[in-house]
Amino acid sequence: MIEVRGLTVRFGGVVPLDGMEVRFDAGTCGLIGPNGAGKTTFFNVLSGFVRPAAGTVQAFGEDLFAMAHFRRARWGLRRTFQTEQAIEELSVYENVAMVHEHSKLSGTTRRHDVLGAINLAGIRSPPSARVGTLGAGERRLVELARAIVGKPRVVLLDEPAAGLPDEETARLREVIRKIPEHTGALVILVDHDMSLVHACCETTAVLDFGKLIASGPTAEVLRNEQVIRAYLGTEEVKL
Amino acid sequence: MRPVVIAALLLFVLLVFPSLFSVYYLDAWTQVAIYSIVTLGLALLVGRVGMVSLGQGAVVAMGAWVAARLLFATSLPFPLVLLGSGIITMVLGTLVGLPALRFRGLYLALITLMLAGAITVVLAAINFPNGGRGFTGYNGASVHIPPIRRPSIATTDPAFFRYSVIVAIIMFLLVLLQIRGRPGRAWAAIRQSESAALAAGINTTFYKLWAFALASFITGVAGGLVAGSFRYLNSLTFSTVDSITLLAVVLMGGAYSMWGAIIAAFLLKFLQALLNNWGVSPDWLTILFGIGVLQVLTTAPRGLVEQVPKDLARLGRLVRGVFVRKPATEGPAE
Repeated sequence: MIEVRGLTVRFGGVVPLDGMEVRFDAGTCGLIGPNGAGKTTFFNVLSGFVRPAAGTVQAFGEDLFAMAHFRRARWGLRRTFQTEQAIEELSVYENVAMVHEHSKLSGTTRRHDVLGAINLAGIRSPPSARVGTLGAGERRLVELARAIVGKPRVVLLDEPAAGLPDEETARLREVIRKIPEHTGALVILVDHDMSLVHACCETTAVLDFGKLIASGPTAEVLRNEQVIRAYLGTEEVKL
Repeated sequence: MRPVVIAALLLFVLLVFPSLFSVYYLDAWTQVAIYSIVTLGLALLVGRVGMVSLGQGAVVAMGAWVAARLLFATSLPFPLVLLGSGIITMVLGTLVGLPALRFRGLYLALITLMLAGAITVVLAAINFPNGGRGFTGYNGASVHIPPIRRPSIATTDPAFFRYSVIVAIIMFLLVLLQIRGRPGRAWAAIRQSESAALAAGINTTFYKLWAFALASFITGVAGGLVAGSFRYLNSLTFSTVDSITLLAVVLMGGAYSMWGAIIAAFLLKFLQALLNNWGVSPDWLTILFGIGVLQVLTTAPRGLVEQVPKDLARLGRLVRGVFVRKPATEGPAE
């Protein structure tokens, strides 16, 4: 469970997050909003890349901001990036193992977990393949495997389907749907593909201009008039 | 298979080189062996982690001076002196690398170059350290310095050559171990994206400093060997330009491969000896390296170490093509 209270971020005169208040309970939650609504900034605050001006984030009863950024991943806060960032020089296995080697588990257990995550992500290339030689879809899955290896508590997915063809998106959707039951992690999915959000998320929150404008069961939220207005950017649409 | 070939090659170098080359060229090979450690350290920073340091020339100087002082002040065996100069240089070199935590690319290069310049200028201006007694010995303005002792098992030139090659092998193995392990993975991540590294739980500050520490350690050890090979040091032995030339040869040799470091050292030290012997001014080397870097950056960004085998294969195909076509034309007309 993640509870966000009064979260504000300022970049000079720009306020990408303006007193954001939201609660993500469990399972897979969607986070949507027009471009510039503050979704990625919110993820960057959680990751520790951006320092908020005000606000608190409690994650499973712990104060997230009290942790150094690299320690958050070790604690179980994992993420993928809008522009995929699997490490090209390393193999599929090394990419995933890199996240897990900070755990104090034995080598055998770690190896088992890493192969499990590669399997769960449905990566078809052999674990020894160098990531630089893989296609876009597979690299997305490598990044995803990195986010779910071991004991993730919160998995942040930042537009995982961006730029993928329909068939690859379908593969990705099946993997995302499996994450909560296989790992017990809370997944927050940011994407502009509403069919993906609809298929994966029980609940969805909507951001606009750094504020929460709606949240609740996904189907209801997507029908919400205020949400439709925020997306279309106008009050009256005459067809 | 590969380790066997490498072992055979090393045995050849260790056993046959001393009888194959004159004293003059054997000394050049000794310098190649020593400087391959220095270029390996710089290639580690530039190629693996993506941090451009122009201060490595000064780090060699620190290693050489620390080793020289330890040899004057103590009767420690040579390997322990090398270890000591490695460790002390590691601390000093990591300080030179501290700006890397804030800056990258051009700014980091500039800052490290300034630091290197400052260190060499100060050492030259105060003529310190020189030949006085004890670790901090100072002879005033006198440039006289007693000869630096060599390891007891390697007082002759061929023996010191072998000694240097073996130390270089140990340093390469040390770096290989780090690259294959957790630090290597962390560096690969940092080079591509610091955010991705942080999101993978990597302590980027620690691993950047660790890269500088490791590079400085091996460069310090190499500095110790420099002291032993020259036998006399003075503050003019090391110039700031060395640091820039080092980067040029590392880029030419190939910063992403360990073999590239050996090619870089060959370009730096063997070509120099060759030109000296032919009576050509070493200034030509600077021009040659300038053209070389330009050529490598435009046509072979991964350096000669990858380009030469490719070109040789192409040449092989070309030659084979000529020979295969010959029977069809019923031999050349004579």
